[in-house]
Amino acid sequence: MFLSERRRGQLAALSIAAVVIIVGVPLWWRTTETYRAWLPVSQIKELAKLQLQLSADVEVVFARGTVTPEQQKKVPLTQTQEEERAIDGDLIILFLILLIRNTKLESKFFSCHVLFLPEDTALSESPCGSLVVYVIPESSSLLPEDVNVYIGQRRTALLRIGPQMRVGKTLEQLLAHLEPRIKQVLQVMSFSHNDITAALSDRVRFSPDNKESIADSMRAFKSSPGYEITFSLLNPDPKSHRLHWDIEGAVQTYIQPLLTKLSPVANFSIDSQTLYYTMLGVNPRFDTSRSAYTLNADSLAHVINPVEARLGSNAASSNPVLNFLLYVPDAQHSPLYIQGRKKQEVPSNAFHSPRWGGIMVYNVNGFYGSEPEFPVDINIDMAKVMGVFLAQLRLLLGVQSSTPPPGFLVARCGSTGLADWELDRLMWSRSVENVATATTTITSLAQLLDQIGNIVINDNIAQQVSSAVTSLQLAVAELEAGNLGFALQYSKEAILASEKAFFDPSLLHLLYFPDDQKFAIYIPLFLPMCVPILLSLLKIVSEARQRLEC
Amino acid sequence: MKTHVLFNLFATFLLADGLNIEVSVFDFSLQLQISHRFVFLILNFTRNVAPLLINTQLFTRFLSRISQDSAGQFFSSGHTNNWAVLVCTSRFWFNYRHVANTLSVYRSVKRLGIPDSHIVLMLADDMACNHRNPKPATVFSHKNMELNVYGDDVEVDYRGYEVTVENFLRVLTGRLPPSTPRSKRLLSDDRSNILIYLTGHGGNGFLKFQDSEEISNVELADAFEQMWQKRRYNELLFIIDTCQGASMYERFYSPNLMALASSQVGEDSLSHQPDLAIGVHLMDRYTFYLLEFLEDIHPASKANMNDLFKVCPKSQCVSTPGHRTDLFLRDPGSVLITDFFGSVRKVEITTEAIDLTDPIKEVEERYMHSYVDQLPVSEIIHQKPKQKDWHPPDGFILGLWTLILLVFFQTYGVKHLRHIF
Repeated sequence: MFLSERRRGQLAALSIAAVVIIVGVPLWWRTTETYRAWLPVSQIKELAKLQLQLSADVEVVFARGTVTPEQQKKVPLTQTQEEERAIDGDLIILFLILLIRNTKLESKFFSCHVLFLPEDTALSESPCGSLVVYVIPESSSLLPEDVNVYIGQRRTALLRIGPQMRVGKTLEQLLAHLEPRIKQVLQVMSFSHNDITAALSDRVRFSPDNKESIADSMRAFKSSPGYEITFSLLNPDPKSHRLHWDIEGAVQTYIQPLLTKLSPVANFSIDSQTLYYTMLGVNPRFDTSRSAYTLNADSLAHVINPVEARLGSNAASSNPVLNFLLYVPDAQHSPLYIQGRKKQEVPSNAFHSPRWGGIMVYNVNGFYGSEPEFPVDINIDMAKVMGVFLAQLRLLLGVQSSTPPPGFLVARCGSTGLADWELDRLMWSRSVENVATATTTITSLAQLLDQIGNIVINDNIAQQVSSAVTSLQLAVAELEAGNLGFALQYSKEAILASEKAFFDPSLLHLLYFPDDQKFAIYIPLFLPMCVPILLSLLKIVSEARQRLEC
Repeated sequence: MKTHVLFNLFATFLLADGLNIEVSVFDFSLQLQISHRFVFLILNFTRNVAPLLINTQLFTRFLSRISQDSAGQFFSSGHTNNWAVLVCTSRFWFNYRHVANTLSVYRSVKRLGIPDSHIVLMLADDMACNHRNPKPATVFSHKNMELNVYGDDVEVDYRGYEVTVENFLRVLTGRLPPSTPRSKRLLSDDRSNILIYLTGHGGNGFLKFQDSEEISNVELADAFEQMWQKRRYNELLFIIDTCQGASMYERFYSPNLMALASSQVGEDSLSHQPDLAIGVHLMDRYTFYLLEFLEDIHPASKANMNDLFKVCPKSQCVSTPGHRTDLFLRDPGSVLITDFFGSVRKVEITTEAIDLTDPIKEVEERYMHSYVDQLPVSEIIHQKPKQKDWHPPDGFILGLWTLILLVFFQTYGVKHLRHIF
């Protein structure tokens, strides 16, 4: 033998240690690591700062009598205005308004009756997100005396010049006078600071300016890719009333146009049902002054729960459900009226609950005489019913805006129930809300995956996250450019992708191993193996040191 | 005891050095009192420090919001809907009382107005139809069979072996497979108040599920944090009726959580009374007195949380019930019981209506009825099989040792053990 015994022993110990370290440790590491696909973390951090830039195009048209022809030549073609607001410290939003001014003296459109608005002509097909403001002279008779601004059904507004601009005005003075007023119109018709703050309520929870905005944000449903609408007819007394309602026709005529108009915002699915022998949960009181039964506002809160237990719901999707109930009181308790908090009359005889739906009470005792033969056939007037439901639907979807400032006259919305500029408002706030929500989701997902090192990140999750990030970046870019339709579409895609990634079933972290359990598993496996190796290495080292000393 | 403590100290520093954790003497002196398993106590640091570091951002944002928010106090609650998740985690006939506990809370919650569609009820075993039940189809909560909490209107969403830690966490975080029906999901939003009630057998920092697995307080706290991140609740009330229940809410760190437990760490929750006809204990003390308290609450009641904290004092419960409100933003005295146990809706009068003048169109075509896609069938059929992790074959490690030892001893013989020792 070439090597002494001691030498061979040392070599054996060294080679075993080498094998353990070079082969064993990497093998153990590879077989116990979890697969984590790559996530674009730096881009997510960029997005988390959420600097949004919203820009709206406003076209200003001067009618005859507002500017002189010389001034008309000097009017600048475009002008931009910027406004920066910070919300909650880490978000900065710029309102960038591009004013494209051009002058057209189309006075013939303004010589007619006030209700004939230029928007009825083919002139104003403004793309979504933009506005047209017509500036009319102070002496014009188109608008009533106390009204300075008229907001039409499409995306147009009429703005009357104030009295101080009557005599000897220069162009600069005129422009300076008009700018804040146009900004005010923009705040009513497109977006205002309050609207954007309300849309960001996920990130900015407790900084409301007033009670109204809180109530508004609590009432409207949050942005969701789809909604389910259910119309229910509640007939507690089928022995007396045989009710007929043409719900299909009514939905087709009255509700469907609104939903078609709202299709860029969300998908809607409608169903309807009739429930028999379902009473309201409260007993109405008989009011002798009106010789009718009344429900006062405080007891309305308890009406919904017993009814809700009986309503069916579409079990196939997780979309939020809006319930609209039409209650026809039984013959003993007819007529039934709803009273407001101060005992005032409610003309619509309906009430709604935030984020749930609405209930309308429809009295039918007027349809038959005092000695009828029960059961009585009754056809329900769907136009009246749908009018109320449509108003409630607008409130619940967040379309209704707060009362306009004084001096503003807002045209009643048309038969679809939604004016174009109201749709634009909704689209602005929904885009911002979607972008904010998707950003928060992605950021918290990235944080969660970072924090818990044991979660497996599959490829499909990484792909969803990447596509969400891309869609978010595109949405922010489109908002900057002012393309509202595209911005909303991209923001919806971003939301869908981010929700899919966040709620993926494979991300459940059940692998919480407290460190003491990890030690308890590995020590009996590796310690008996390592002790001989370590001790023999130590012996080698101590022998080598002994030899050095002596 | 002193040497024990010193040994703990020494081992702490040794291991902490190795793990590169900064040790602050103040922190672990608290830990010393709790447990004498030294590995457990030292390595609690990673649990304490890491979540704090990661969540400082959340904390500072949260604290700054509190200081702005004194004006917001006068708005009541801020919730528009209520949800309840009621879980019984024990199986076997002798754990009848846990099922009765859960069903009693279910009854109260339904009576006060939360509909079945907003309640997720998880019962780990079937007592009503158990073949040892002398009164089939009933679950009684009081001696002399006074109150049958099973009734005929019970909707159990997760039953039997479906009640697992995984399913519970999936319900809370929302990460359910797409084929899960609506009744098994917690579809809450940022304006939902959620009541979570857990009962079963528990210990210091864990709750036992189905006699085979456990959920730890850290996992529960992380699940609530994920719910908060996704704004799945407005306010959350957590009630737990197990032994050492207070340990389960020690780790919470998300805002707007209020917690109640039936006993402190180191104490056992006791059961109330056995029934000689059925042969088992019918209810636990804490839930029994909770049920008695709730029977006096009606939907318009103005009782608040301070009354709930007084339920079952030590004289009645033998254990000391505890509660935790530091993470809750509102003052507990202003929180109504019905904010969590009932479902009182806010209503507004509709003041406007739209004038519709068009006549109703005739619906011309009768479109063919079709079924909505209930399941994403094509996705399910074409799913790739899940990749199972590769594990080394059993006994691999044993074989490896044996090989090493055999080789060594065969080459050198036993007498050469002195090379090692």
